[in-house]
Amino acid sequence: MSGSHETITVTVNGLQRRVVTSPARPVLDVLREDLGLTGTKEGCSVGVCGACSILIDGQLMSACLVPVGELDGRDVTTVEGLASEDGELSAVQGAFLRCGAFQCGICTPGQVVAATALLAECPAPTPEQVREWMMGNLCRCTGYYSIVSAVLEAAAEARETSA
Amino acid sequence: MRLFQYHRPTTVDEAVGLLTDLGDEAVVLAGGTSLMNMVKLGLAEPEQVIALRGVRELHGVDTQPSDGLTFGAMTTLREIETSALVRGTAPGLAEAAHHVATVRIRNQATVGGSLVHADPNQDLPPMLMVHDALARVTGPDGSREVPVADMFLGYFETVVGAEEILRSVRVPVPRAGMRTGYLKFLPRTRDDYSTISVAAGVTLVDGRFEDARIAIAGGGSVPVRCRAAEAALVGNGTRPDVLAGAADVVPGEIDPISDGRGTSGYKRDMARVCTERLLRRLVAEARA
Repeated sequence: MSGSHETITVTVNGLQRRVVTSPARPVLDVLREDLGLTGTKEGCSVGVCGACSILIDGQLMSACLVPVGELDGRDVTTVEGLASEDGELSAVQGAFLRCGAFQCGICTPGQVVAATALLAECPAPTPEQVREWMMGNLCRCTGYYSIVSAVLEAAAEARETSA
Repeated sequence: MRLFQYHRPTTVDEAVGLLTDLGDEAVVLAGGTSLMNMVKLGLAEPEQVIALRGVRELHGVDTQPSDGLTFGAMTTLREIETSALVRGTAPGLAEAAHHVATVRIRNQATVGGSLVHADPNQDLPPMLMVHDALARVTGPDGSREVPVADMFLGYFETVVGAEEILRSVRVPVPRAGMRTGYLKFLPRTRDDYSTISVAAGVTLVDGRFEDARIAIAGGGSVPVRCRAAEAALVGNGTRPDVLAGAADVVPGEIDPISDGRGTSGYKRDMARVCTERLLRRLVAEARA
């Protein structure tokens, strides 16, 4: 194993963290192994399945495809950062629960993060926009209907709350 | 995966200097969607990686009245897809960018990376070729401009030298009235690489093709402009047999390989079908 270590400073879920590691390692490994944030899952590990979806500076990305060296000075949100500090679930998380938008759960953190990114960019998506955006998050249990319903419900709820 | 040394230049000159000093062991990291996969799969084992994210001059979309649009090499595909400037000036580029994989990948992948990586199934290169786009490449001896249509040498191989960096891509002011479109044939999943894809730009004057440009991706080791098919359109009207006649020429201009996305013969046939469909669409849009 070559590649010298350096100190990477990154804000994760609002907390500034310092990690001493090789900047070549995928963000996914650093989140799970070094920071203990195992909510972000490893699925395909080649950017296809969406299980490791995270937000980097608010943008949806695959944690498996970003070397952690790219994160220095940036802001990361993982699924652990979505609920409020007192544990109240976000609109997307609540809607996933109510709609039964998961079964085995492995894809769920990625689905929830991806849906959160969609609603930040497009607060009132059409069902087609939801399917288009979420197509990069694979689920082998639900058949997707309940996931699309949950995202639409979360969008409607967020609009009511803010209205 | 094998780890590598990480370099963070802040200027193009510094990046070129690093490439010159580090020699064959260095590769450039743009968005990382391809390089990280290749390293993980053991297809690339770079000792030194030069990450371009911190080079400010490589970011952003710029426009000048006489130059058209200029994309910094680190402009993401999502920026191209959503830029009001691109959608207004060269909507075909936004359309082609939209068809790349998923929004997650488009947020990370860059125009420079997609060109220098030179996977022949990429979506943006054929549309850049329709626009006669030019890549600006900088090395130790200065900068040069290369037509995107001439930059691909083969699978994963371009004219960008080992000590050079693709700095920007310039899309000249599009021909007045040119209508562009992109058709990506995807028999498997929406986020896949294309089996075959067609980019086209047509300019109709008084019901005749004054100008026509057709480029195919997935039809061989490099994306290609189909000049014979273009010639079959120019000067002619828009009757269905004219469009079909031009599309008939396309299979002879490509050399696809058989792989998991289809046999060579199937891809040739679908290149013909997709070209005809796209031309029909563009003609219908021009009439509307």
